[in-house]
Amino acid sequence: MQEALRFHLSDADPLGRAEIIEQARFARRGARTASRGLSLTIRDLRKSFGDNEVLRGIDLHISAGQFVAIVGRSGCGKSTLLRLIAGLDTATAGSIDFGEEARAEDIRVMFQEPRLLPWARVLSNVEVGLGRERASADAQARAESALVEVGLGEKRGQWPAVLSGGQRQRVALARALVSRPRVLAFDEPLGALDALTRISMQRLLERVWHDQGFTAILVTHDVSEAVALADRVLVIEDGVIAHDIDVDIPRPRRRGSAQLAALEGSILKNLLQGTEDASDL
Amino acid sequence: MSLIDSLPRVGAPKLPRFDGLIPWIVPLAIILVWQLACATGFVSARVLPAPSDVALAGWKLLLSGELVRNIWVSFWRASIGFLIGGSIGFTLGLANGLSQLSSKLTDTTLQMVRNIPHLALIPLVILWFGIDESAKLFLVALGVFFPIYLNTLHGIRTVDPQLIEMGRIYGMTDGELFRRVIFPGALPSIFVGLRFALGIMWLTLIVAETIAASSGLGYMAMQAREFMLIDVVVLSILIYALLGKLADSASRALERLTLSWHPAFQKH
Repeated sequence: MQEALRFHLSDADPLGRAEIIEQARFARRGARTASRGLSLTIRDLRKSFGDNEVLRGIDLHISAGQFVAIVGRSGCGKSTLLRLIAGLDTATAGSIDFGEEARAEDIRVMFQEPRLLPWARVLSNVEVGLGRERASADAQARAESALVEVGLGEKRGQWPAVLSGGQRQRVALARALVSRPRVLAFDEPLGALDALTRISMQRLLERVWHDQGFTAILVTHDVSEAVALADRVLVIEDGVIAHDIDVDIPRPRRRGSAQLAALEGSILKNLLQGTEDASDL
Repeated sequence: MSLIDSLPRVGAPKLPRFDGLIPWIVPLAIILVWQLACATGFVSARVLPAPSDVALAGWKLLLSGELVRNIWVSFWRASIGFLIGGSIGFTLGLANGLSQLSSKLTDTTLQMVRNIPHLALIPLVILWFGIDESAKLFLVALGVFFPIYLNTLHGIRTVDPQLIEMGRIYGMTDGELFRRVIFPGALPSIFVGLRFALGIMWLTLIVAETIAASSGLGYMAMQAREFMLIDVVVLSILIYALLGKLADSASRALERLTLSWHPAFQKH
């Protein structure tokens, strides 16, 4: 019984201990180190699929190293915006400018599904993330250190099939991190995880973002996740940015604090305003 | 230590030493019953010779060198035909799976040809090639072609598009994408085709050899029929069964080797 309990928690981090470690980490590092992230300027971005105009003119500036969350109802265009930023789709009109010349390795995406190669061991899955630098001599060492960073160093030789859902998503995170990207786009990366694993993954995301200083763009349908992680929350409605909210709560943030709850409540109210029937959500 | 561990085990205890023998219990039992039926005169030796007589016939043919020569000839024809048909099927399956143009150009034609039973071509093949080696090779290659082609094509078409997108995002070149994503993804399906093809390979060869040949296992069986050597006929049939099993085991071993990542092949 004791063993079973410990096993369960090791996957989803015991909350108390993690929180203390987290606070110590922030205290030790003090203010955030100079950001390596890229800034992002989007002007009048539009995207249509046939007659259906999904994005109707997005104007947005994200400063380097900021953690931005994008929330909205399903079908509002938030994932489309993320795919455009990540270069997975081309816009119908408008522009996205990264401030300086961005290489392919500078912008990485993490999806809801881990998308690991089932026939490659964990370490070679992470090596995939190196892109064109895969052939370099230190490729393996870099992949290993990325795995250690997400706490899966000892799983390097496993097949993805034997990992839990949370562990697979951590491998996917290591793969996205290994090229040291300057913009990391998350498309509901925690959507398929259970509540405990989700919280430990949120901590991990916040930590790597803090350590590596990339610009983070997180698409999520979970408003509490958005306010817990982001510096700024964008609410998208009908293909435009309806609200742009600064989350001015110091880190590390305590989950379930009154401040976060109040902010979450007001954003949810904004989201609900569009409809007469609140039970729709 | 849990409660379940302390409970007595339900079901038969495991006998790891005999595990490998279990599949052979039924064939051995059949041979035993067969031998008994012949020995007691329940089955006439003119209908079905006893296993011991079949073994004796096999021994004689082995000593005369006839058996080994015929098996070798059949094995050679099967392998060459398989290699020719298999590699053409594999190549076309890859091409049509990867290229829209190639698929549009050839797939309809191939699907039409597929619906002709290839053994129906035997009269035509004899007219074209006589009873030469090339006739047999042609038929085997044709029979093997379709399962390999169809399953390679299917495997490539059903590779998870999310993985392909992932590969492209991470800057894989077309060659890398094929080597690291598409081909390994198609492999389980290719193996299904391989095992179908091995079955069809023997079937085609035996039919072709019984109809038009001057050597090989099928020829040996037909010659024996002419001289009423029923033990040799039965021997040939048993050898087909063994060769078929051998081919299947070989492809399974290859499968285990290359698909070790697949949950179905992982031992815990």
